[in-house]
Amino acid sequence: MIPVYVASDCIITSLGFSSKENFEHLKAGVIGLTKTGKISVSSTPYYTSHIDFDLVESRFKEIAQSSAAYTNLEKLAILSISESLSLSNLNIKGEDTLLILSTTKGNIDVMQNELYTLFGKHRLYLWESARWIKDFFKMTNTPVVISNACISGVLAIILGSRMIRSGQIKNVVITGVDILSKFVVSGFHSFQALSPNPCRPFDISRDGLNLGEGCGTIILTSDEKTIADSNPILIGEGYSGNDANHISGPSRTGEGLYLCIKQIVDNALTTGKTIDYISSHGTATLYNDEMESIALTRAGLAHVPVNSYKGYWGHTLGAAGVIESIAGIHSIKNNLLIQSAGYTKSGVSQAINVIEKTEEKKLNTCLKIASGFGGCNAGVLFHKR
Amino acid sequence: MNKQLYITGICKISDNNISLNGKSVFSNPKQIPVNEFLKNGYRDFKTQYPKFFKMDSICKLGFLTVEILLGGNPSIKAYPSELVGVVLSNSSSSLNTDIDFYETIKDTENYFPSPAVFVYTLPNIIIGEICIRHKFKGENVFFVSEQFDPNILFNTIQNIFAFTNIQCVITGWVELLNTHYDSFLCTIERINNDEETVNNDIFDIENLSNIYLK
Amino acid sequence: MQNLIYKLKQEIIEALNLEEMTVDEIETNAPLFMDGLGLDSIDALELTVLLEKEYGLKIHTAEEGKQILYSVRTMAEYITKNQKV
Repeated sequence: MIPVYVASDCIITSLGFSSKENFEHLKAGVIGLTKTGKISVSSTPYYTSHIDFDLVESRFKEIAQSSAAYTNLEKLAILSISESLSLSNLNIKGEDTLLILSTTKGNIDVMQNELYTLFGKHRLYLWESARWIKDFFKMTNTPVVISNACISGVLAIILGSRMIRSGQIKNVVITGVDILSKFVVSGFHSFQALSPNPCRPFDISRDGLNLGEGCGTIILTSDEKTIADSNPILIGEGYSGNDANHISGPSRTGEGLYLCIKQIVDNALTTGKTIDYISSHGTATLYNDEMESIALTRAGLAHVPVNSYKGYWGHTLGAAGVIESIAGIHSIKNNLLIQSAGYTKSGVSQAINVIEKTEEKKLNTCLKIASGFGGCNAGVLFHKR
Repeated sequence: MNKQLYITGICKISDNNISLNGKSVFSNPKQIPVNEFLKNGYRDFKTQYPKFFKMDSICKLGFLTVEILLGGNPSIKAYPSELVGVVLSNSSSSLNTDIDFYETIKDTENYFPSPAVFVYTLPNIIIGEICIRHKFKGENVFFVSEQFDPNILFNTIQNIFAFTNIQCVITGWVELLNTHYDSFLCTIERINNDEETVNNDIFDIENLSNIYLK
Repeated sequence: MQNLIYKLKQEIIEALNLEEMTVDEIETNAPLFMDGLGLDSIDALELTVLLEKEYGLKIHTAEEGKQILYSVRTMAEYITKNQKV
């Protein structure tokens, strides 16, 4: 069986420009949500997690001759890939490397007048954005773009690792990215899904989600020479599934998510692994968190420590699956369970084990799960060697 | 036992024409707008599914293509629901509906974001509508590429059959932007009975590409 | 009130894409959700947008929404009572 290693990774969010910087803030309990009203669509500004794009600009200029040609989304992606590369030995120009871009709305901010004039309609196409990123690094292969709502990031990791495991490719650079925009904030506002407070996943007083912007890159490889890390984490099995129930509301029985988790649990059993920790989707909407608690319980995982990172980063859509996987990976590497921010008292019907304070624990495996509009669900397992 | 993957059914919709397994089964004059054409197709095939009318145009297109595809290959419905996957792709993602949603928010004096439109501003909702209708619970993926890419579909589906218990995948291309539209969907199944395979093409990149271009 | 009820039914058909329904087929007093027309959560949200856009009326809580959007009649009564002329 061809092994799939995590060679390196990088998270860019309101909490920093590297995985290390972000993880230090998570450990210290620092929340990246603010009430800036940067994008205001209602009389009360919502909490969001936003990135300082002046800082992005100055960092981008350190690695690029010109920045005017790139959109904010592309700059984020390029910066995070660049940082990930510096932590590995990957030759990104090689024929045996593929870029997979995970995004829900890409350069949707380009629909606005000033940016539309600057970049044009063509930049709204997701594959066009991917091409600019690919060309920056002079990569050989045409990138793959996955746009599958909030499971895009986890799906990219699953599909990328299957490509390596089957021998189709040796290295995959997976980048999940989405930016805040009036388009997306308006949409969730029309859904009455946004909370005017910092969000509270699984908590009894949860009242909606916070949107965020972010970018996560994870480099997967079967070649140990590509890895600079002496103790890389491996990618195990992963699956996706559909609730086949409703296009925006999750299944009341958590059907699609349960089917994914069950397959992973069954596989883990055959290889003698236990599920030690779960990085959940946990958006802090009434329905999502309830559904997740049901799916986890049905799969026999109610006792496993679980958290949501959305209380720190908000919901970063196409980036979520990647950055929340990276956080899970760093949790097991450091044998550390990170407190689920925003949680004090259970507000779900099932007695799941939400992490109430950051503490050390020996961890070998992490299950990352995600759900999204369209009834889609996905899960993937990470484990130590 | 030789288990090989085969393309067992094909449905294409473009230029106001619907073809099933290579034969035209419905047609409208070219002047009829795509939304009207799709509704006419829906009625002609006596589909009973009122939610069809809530869908945006691209979901109507994908939905109708699968409806007719499965009408020509009803044995697909015999698979357990968690063993059928859907792998779709297109070029414009949900841009057609994104433009409609933007109309509801761009004017600050007349700002009324529509939830019914917003829900369709993701391309994988096409997959969602198909799964809800036919109760498919297996693997889902939506790819966005400049042109139809048989390589990524083939590699992904090969891996789905290799690494999961999936027994059937519906795959192809569903594209719609303004007046241009084009869908091509096929069923991929694992068959090991030699007699059944004589009329089906082997599932490989060349066959997938040729069928799309025909 | 009858004119408003007729107008509301037309607006509901259009806003919710109830293509195969006519105004006559929507019963004024029948529940819009659960039984009756069987509308869903997205339809409910779309109707709150309709009330705001066409009649300038905001629904403030989910509880309030459930009562106002119960049937065409309850919607018409709410509009008649609260609409700013």
